[in-house]
Amino acid sequence: MAKKTPAINSSSTADIAFLLLCYFLMTTTMGTQTGLSRRLPPMPDPNQKVEDQKVNRRNIIIVKINSADRILAGSEPIDVSQLKDKIKIFLTNPTDDPNLPVMESTEIAGLGTRKVSKGVISLQNDRGTSYQAYIAVQNELVKAVNELRDEAAMREFGKKFLALDEDGQKIIKDLVPQQISEAEPKDVGKRRR
Amino acid sequence: MSMFKKGEKKEMPGIASGSLSDIVFMLLFFFMVTTQMRETENKVVVKIPQASESVKLERKDLASYINIGTPIRSLQAQYGTDARIQLNDSFKTVDDIRDFVAAERDSKSENDRAFMQICIRADQDVRMGIITDVKQELRRCSALKIMYSARKGE
Repeated sequence: MAKKTPAINSSSTADIAFLLLCYFLMTTTMGTQTGLSRRLPPMPDPNQKVEDQKVNRRNIIIVKINSADRILAGSEPIDVSQLKDKIKIFLTNPTDDPNLPVMESTEIAGLGTRKVSKGVISLQNDRGTSYQAYIAVQNELVKAVNELRDEAAMREFGKKFLALDEDGQKIIKDLVPQQISEAEPKDVGKRRR
Repeated sequence: MSMFKKGEKKEMPGIASGSLSDIVFMLLFFFMVTTQMRETENKVVVKIPQASESVKLERKDLASYINIGTPIRSLQAQYGTDARIQLNDSFKTVDDIRDFVAAERDSKSENDRAFMQICIRADQDVRMGIITDVKQELRRCSALKIMYSARKGE
C-alpha cells in the first residue's frame, strides 16, 4: 500500500507572519517631515504710512548673505562656523557693551525680574543666494537661540530646555525670545538670476 | 525509505493551504506599513538641505507642501532645467500660489485654519530669488506659518 506523505504542519506559519509583521512595524519609519519653523511678518498695509520704525541701532544685528554665499554679520565678513558664537554674544551682551543690545529688566511671570535682551536678528539675502547657504545660516541662528535657552533653563530650573514642561518652556521662551526677522527682499547686486 | 521507492503508484499530497491567508496578510501588512502616503507625484527633484536644529512637523494633517526644484529628468525636455514650483500635481507659477493657499485653507476644518502650515520643500541648489517670491506671495495671502523643510543631522 502506498504510504501517504504526512502534511506539513502549518500551524506555526501564522506566528512567523506575525513575527515578521512586528519586525517591520518596529523598523520602518513613516516619512516624517522635519524642518525649521518660521513665522513670516504680515504684509504691511499699503494705506498705512510708513512709520519710522527706528529700532535702536544697537538692538539690531544685520546678517547678510550675498550671491556668492558669503556672510556679513554686523559689519564684518564672517564664516558660518563663527556665526553662532557671534549671535550668542550679541544676544547676551556679557560685557555691557554700549554697541550691543540693551538688556532690559523685565518682569517674567513665574520667575521674577530678569534681564531680557532686546536684540533682533535681521536676515537679508540676495536673490542669487543658494538655498543651502540660507538654511545653513538660519540653522546657526536657531542653534544660537536654542543653546541660550538651554543655558537659561539650566540656570533657572536645572534642566535642559526640552526636558521642561510646557509652562517652563514658555517661561524660557519669554526669557530668551527668538527674534529673527526676514527682511523685505532687496535687490542687491543682480549678478546671477 | 518509502519516499524514494519508485514504481509504486503514489498519491500526491495536497498542498497545505491553511497558511495561504497568513502569507497574504503578511504581504498586505508589509505594504501597508512601508508605503508612504503621498497624494502627489513628485515632478521636481528635491534634495532637501541639512539642518541640525530641525524639528518635527507638529500637525501633519495641517501642512501643505510647496515643492521647488528642477524638473525630473523625463520632463526636462519639456520644461527645461530651471527651478520650478510644483503645487499638487503640476507646475505652477508664483501667481497660482494664491489659489492654492485658498484651496488648502478651504480643505481644513474651521478650527484648524489658523494653524495651517505651509511647508516649503526646496532643493538645496535653488536660488533664493524664487523662494523670496514664494514667501512674498505667501505673505500677501497671509499664510504666515511656514516651515523650511530640512533633514536632521549634522
